[in-house]
Amino acid sequence: MLISGAAQAHNPFEFQTPVTPIARETLYVHDLFLTIIAVLFSIGFGFLIFSLIRYRRGRGHAPATFTAPRTPLQWALSALPILTLIFIDYVVMGIPAYHAVLSLANTRDDAGLVIKVTGSQWRWHYEYPDQGISFVSNLSTPASERDSGAPTDPNYLLEVDKPLVLPVGEKVRVLLTSTDVIHAWWIPSFGIKQDAVPGFLRETWVKIDKPGIYRGQCAELCGVGHAYMPIVVEAKSQDDFKRWVADAQTSAAQAAAVTTLSKEDLLKRGQQTYTTYCALCHQPTGLGLPGTFPPIATGKPFAAPPAMTDLLAQRGFFKDGKIVEGSVDRHIQIVLKGIPGTPMPAFDGQLSDADIAGVITFERNSFGNQTGDVVQPSTVKAARGK
Amino acid sequence: MSSAITDLGHHHAHDEPKGLARWLTTTNHKDIGILYMLFGLTMFLLGGVFAELIRVQLIHPANHLVTPEVYNQIITLHGLVMVFGALMPVTAGFANYLIPMMIGAPDMALPRLNNWGFWLLPPAAIVLVLPFILKLFGIGNGPVDTGWTMYAPLSVQGGLGVDFAIFAIFLLGASSLMASINIVVTIFNLRAPGMALMKMPLFVWSWLMTSFLLIAVFPALIAGSAMLLADRHFGTHFFSAAGGGDPVLWEHLFWFFGHPEVYILLFPTAGILSQILPTFARKPIFGYRAQVYSYWAIAALSVVVWAHHMFTSGMPVAGQLYFMYSTMLISVPLAILFFCWLATIWKGSLTFETPMLFALGYIVLFGIGGLTGLVLADAVADQQYHNSFFLVAHFHYALFGGPIMGVIAGVYYWLPKITGRMYSERLGKLHFWLTMIGFNITFMSQFFLGVAGMPRRIPDYALQFAPLNLVSSLGAFLLGAAQLILVYNIARAWAGYGQPATSQVWEGAHGLEFTLPSPPPHHTFDEQPVIA
Repeated sequence: MLISGAAQAHNPFEFQTPVTPIARETLYVHDLFLTIIAVLFSIGFGFLIFSLIRYRRGRGHAPATFTAPRTPLQWALSALPILTLIFIDYVVMGIPAYHAVLSLANTRDDAGLVIKVTGSQWRWHYEYPDQGISFVSNLSTPASERDSGAPTDPNYLLEVDKPLVLPVGEKVRVLLTSTDVIHAWWIPSFGIKQDAVPGFLRETWVKIDKPGIYRGQCAELCGVGHAYMPIVVEAKSQDDFKRWVADAQTSAAQAAAVTTLSKEDLLKRGQQTYTTYCALCHQPTGLGLPGTFPPIATGKPFAAPPAMTDLLAQRGFFKDGKIVEGSVDRHIQIVLKGIPGTPMPAFDGQLSDADIAGVITFERNSFGNQTGDVVQPSTVKAARGK
Repeated sequence: MSSAITDLGHHHAHDEPKGLARWLTTTNHKDIGILYMLFGLTMFLLGGVFAELIRVQLIHPANHLVTPEVYNQIITLHGLVMVFGALMPVTAGFANYLIPMMIGAPDMALPRLNNWGFWLLPPAAIVLVLPFILKLFGIGNGPVDTGWTMYAPLSVQGGLGVDFAIFAIFLLGASSLMASINIVVTIFNLRAPGMALMKMPLFVWSWLMTSFLLIAVFPALIAGSAMLLADRHFGTHFFSAAGGGDPVLWEHLFWFFGHPEVYILLFPTAGILSQILPTFARKPIFGYRAQVYSYWAIAALSVVVWAHHMFTSGMPVAGQLYFMYSTMLISVPLAILFFCWLATIWKGSLTFETPMLFALGYIVLFGIGGLTGLVLADAVADQQYHNSFFLVAHFHYALFGGPIMGVIAGVYYWLPKITGRMYSERLGKLHFWLTMIGFNITFMSQFFLGVAGMPRRIPDYALQFAPLNLVSSLGAFLLGAAQLILVYNIARAWAGYGQPATSQVWEGAHGLEFTLPSPPPHHTFDEQPVIA
């Protein structure tokens, strides 16, 4: 039942198998135009090759001297290709393109479901405002596979921990924004590529024909993790989709009810969260990158512009050129709110109380840090909104 | 007073400094032209090294030649170095060397400005690349890594490399504006008697249009860069929604410059083509006036179509339709140019020396670049092409297939004039065929990668893209290696090897520069020529 578009044997001149009206329209235009430009190229190339053979000096051809069309027939023959091109531009291509533009822009008529897609460095955050569901979708290809040098997973770099789930046969209005830089949400099978611009809402729409798993990638350079924020959409039948919504609502309620965890659970959860959300910048070693991303390990030197180290020092995490252990409360606030003016993002909308409690507990007891601090989800919950 | 002016050239010739001081202080258009061309060649090789590094990184998935951070720096510098360091200077070099000789002028109108304009370039290049070196000493995290388009807010967020790139752009902009103003003033004021505007060689026309475009659009990039600098350091919010700005404003400013920039690179080589084709077809240019009017039309249209680079940024329907239809209109004057080029060859008496081969290669490759551009103009289909490898392939067909092929054709065409020695024809032809084969292998496979759904600017990719990436990389190695033949051929002629060149150099060559000895004397036209 789950068909991967990429796995099918495929005509190399065509896009991935289209499953939305826009993608079909786009493929039609693409095929039509590839054909037209192939014909135009062949005609031009044919003339060129003919002249190169026919008029080479080796054949003793005496050069003509004309510099412009002379007879009415020659003028007509000269105008013909230009007029043909105008016809192709504005009629053959222009008319279908006009309808496609209008159709793509019409995101509202008959739209059933609304979802909100938020790009962040380097993951996608999906929200179903009317259903009260929201989650973050991260690359799930393990670092070991990326480091192996010879990946074998057929979905290498195109797999996520939690795919976006959408119903088939229903027009879905997609709102897009970003929390940091410009990202672009591109799924070839949907024929959709829309930039997610920070501070603004953009919109597009999809109406998927058939159930399946469809994969895409971020298509706007967004920093060092640009290659590592894939998009996976799982399209389900209407009934399956309703069941999925009910399940997701139940488990969200259960997760919100968690207030206390054992230290082992917190460390385990924290390590997972760190690997997924923190390690790309602060590095799996916790040593950061000089100049941009501070170490998590205390006592390590951090060379960076004063604009950044001052902000760390204000929060009690930087002294005399080194990273030092600040207070738990400040630590929670940094993770929740980020540090404006630096690449450190706010995670309050992306991570649950338990995840934040876990990652702070993990950070304060790893990489050589030995505070022994244990932070509970209830503490994080209380800290939200402070 | 008037005797002082007429004597100036002679006195100057005797007191000329030697060695490095000559090149630093020269106000001679030929010296400055050569400096520009050598600088362009150096940057072409540097940009080529970056290109090869990109293709080595992408040769197979999960390659760890460079980190993602360094990869982003390399792709950015490849773009900036090739556009601003290689192509613009080398075409400015042709302009400096050739325009005074082609219009019968003793030199450029503003020789000291000319010297200053050139000597701003090496500092600009150093500023751009310096962060690589600073990083070795633990300062900053390397050069600009935002892609050559430097989209905000990524470029607001970036490290000190972005600041260095901004200052490099300031220097490059000042240099380009000086060179452009100089060329316009020279063409309008120093033409020999009888050299009416409509008698000028098409290369001169092409540079006149290039200069107008540069003066019109470079200020937009400079202003945008200044705003970016202010956003980064002085607390402004031009590109930040949080302060009432808009990230997309940067895209508008950048592409208002960036799209005409394509024609700034293209025009001079379209002009070169119209010098070379008649020479080897032994037949006058077809449609001189049509070509001049097409230049005008392309220049005018190029400043009103910029947002076709931004179809996915979220534009109102009216904007999409306007930018789509206006972009399609550019295909008309371009088609006229192609028609004129083919008609120039038609019924000629053709021979295929290296410059002619590269000129014909230009027509074929740039033709593919132009035709695929027509497809990209479709605002909805563009959602599939934009920022995919299809786009990368398209603009390399347009910018390598056009400008770089044209520059190489021009180098082979005028090298005997400049050095007084013929290059090796055998090696020149080898260079052509290896370039054609290598180029098409490299970039034809990228069209297919884009259609299959591979985004650009990624250091690692899914397994389904592996075979075509391998092919593309192998093609790129061949393409890169072939350019060493060009370097050898230039060095050989420069060192004085090869057959001596006659003043006319090519049997079918016309034009004032071919009435002068090869190499031409340091100062030409002591007596002003009169054009009949």
